[in-house]
Amino acid sequence: MKHSLRVSAVLLLPATLLAANAETGGPLFDYLRLNVFLAVVVMAALLIYFFQKIKKSPETIFVRRIPGIDAIEEAVGRATEMGRPVLYVPGIEDITEIQTIASMLILGKVAETVALYKTPILVPCRIPFVMTVAEEMVRQAYYNVGMPEDHKPENISFISDEQFAYTAGVNGIMLREKPAANIMLGRFFAESLILSETGFQSGAIQVAGTAEVTQLPFFIAACDYTLIGEELFAASAYLSRDAKLLSNLKATDYYKILIVGIIFVGSILATLGFDWFSRMLTIH
Amino acid sequence: MKKEIPLLITFLLGAWMILEFFFHNVPHVDKITETLTNGGMVIAAFTYILGVMNILQVNYNRIRHHQDRPYKWTLLVGFVVMLLLGFTWGIEVDTPFQWMYNTFYVPLQATMFSLLAFYIASAAFRAFRARSVEATLLLVAALLVMLGRVPIGEEWIWSKLPDISSWIMDYPNMAGKRAILIGAALGAVSTGLRVIIGMERSYLGGE
Repeated sequence: MKHSLRVSAVLLLPATLLAANAETGGPLFDYLRLNVFLAVVVMAALLIYFFQKIKKSPETIFVRRIPGIDAIEEAVGRATEMGRPVLYVPGIEDITEIQTIASMLILGKVAETVALYKTPILVPCRIPFVMTVAEEMVRQAYYNVGMPEDHKPENISFISDEQFAYTAGVNGIMLREKPAANIMLGRFFAESLILSETGFQSGAIQVAGTAEVTQLPFFIAACDYTLIGEELFAASAYLSRDAKLLSNLKATDYYKILIVGIIFVGSILATLGFDWFSRMLTIH
Repeated sequence: MKKEIPLLITFLLGAWMILEFFFHNVPHVDKITETLTNGGMVIAAFTYILGVMNILQVNYNRIRHHQDRPYKWTLLVGFVVMLLLGFTWGIEVDTPFQWMYNTFYVPLQATMFSLLAFYIASAAFRAFRARSVEATLLLVAALLVMLGRVPIGEEWIWSKLPDISSWIMDYPNMAGKRAILIGAALGAVSTGLRVIIGMERSYLGGE
């Protein structure tokens, strides 16, 4: 069955790519975007390949230590010892943003740890949609560790969808509730430094992470640990310790090697005056 | 079935959004995509009702338990006043709603934003302390970039400072920035695909 599915997929792909629009006669597939399509196909193939490989022999996977992610558990432990809550800020973007999705996946893992330690977790949100997803993630985490009665829905709150009103609200929580650990993961803009400096002044251990290059220096300057770019996306797999999810990191690493190779070849060809290679990689 | 159906919905909608980027020439594809996107917007609009209920519930409970009462009262009164003004006179220009917004909220927002200047100074002071080789490199690079971008650097200290500043920004800084961007983009793609093809199931309560 699986074999016949694979064969049909292999046969179907070129047929789909070659199919034409009945009215205009033009191709259904946008050939100007073939490079992006191939990039996505290679990525998906690598993900599936490493997923299958590591499913068979999970002991073969090695992932380097990521201090920023290890620090999350340390921060939760510290909050437990001090009897104070953990503050989790999921960024200020909507759920359609991939960094917010990554943040929600991490929130699930953090909430499980927090639930085990019986420490309150506060999740102030800027977007109501994110609030509903965050509430569900935290509720599920408490169920997963068998402590649904400890979950307090009022700890996951909507503050305001205005950027600085939200920032003021979170600053207020930091200064009044005095959380022992501030975890800020997601997409941030101008409020990143205001939040992290206020957190520093309140004496909390701070772990931040974003893929927003312009905000990273602020987090690095003001927080104890920072997850830089891809580490944010690796965090949920890393925290799960699940070999199948960790296989994902392996696929990404191999893809990076491929990109380095392309950059290397592209640099040589461009230096020699051949511009067809760089034109081939242009995204339309 | 409790997990299979959400997984199927995630896969179908995610795959649709990816394929739509490549097959937008297929008849009716754009209309279906628009309908799906509108559906998302409708759901998002409904979540605002949940957000408002959450604000009222959380803050009312706090007031009842004598916690942060002045702040909570300010929030609730502001909320009700703005709601009434908006529903009574609308939210167009020259309405009481806009007057309240421009007179109260805009200056408060500007105040919050201006705090950034002081926070940059305090964070930079801590970050630029030369405690290690890396911190010293950061300090030296930051000094060169800052001095190269202000008139005092070029006019009074050394005319080559702007060139050094530009070189640092265009080469070592740009290389680091692009490496972070490539890594982040790959992470984003792999996270998206992981969710779409059902490898990541933690949002459904794990395996």
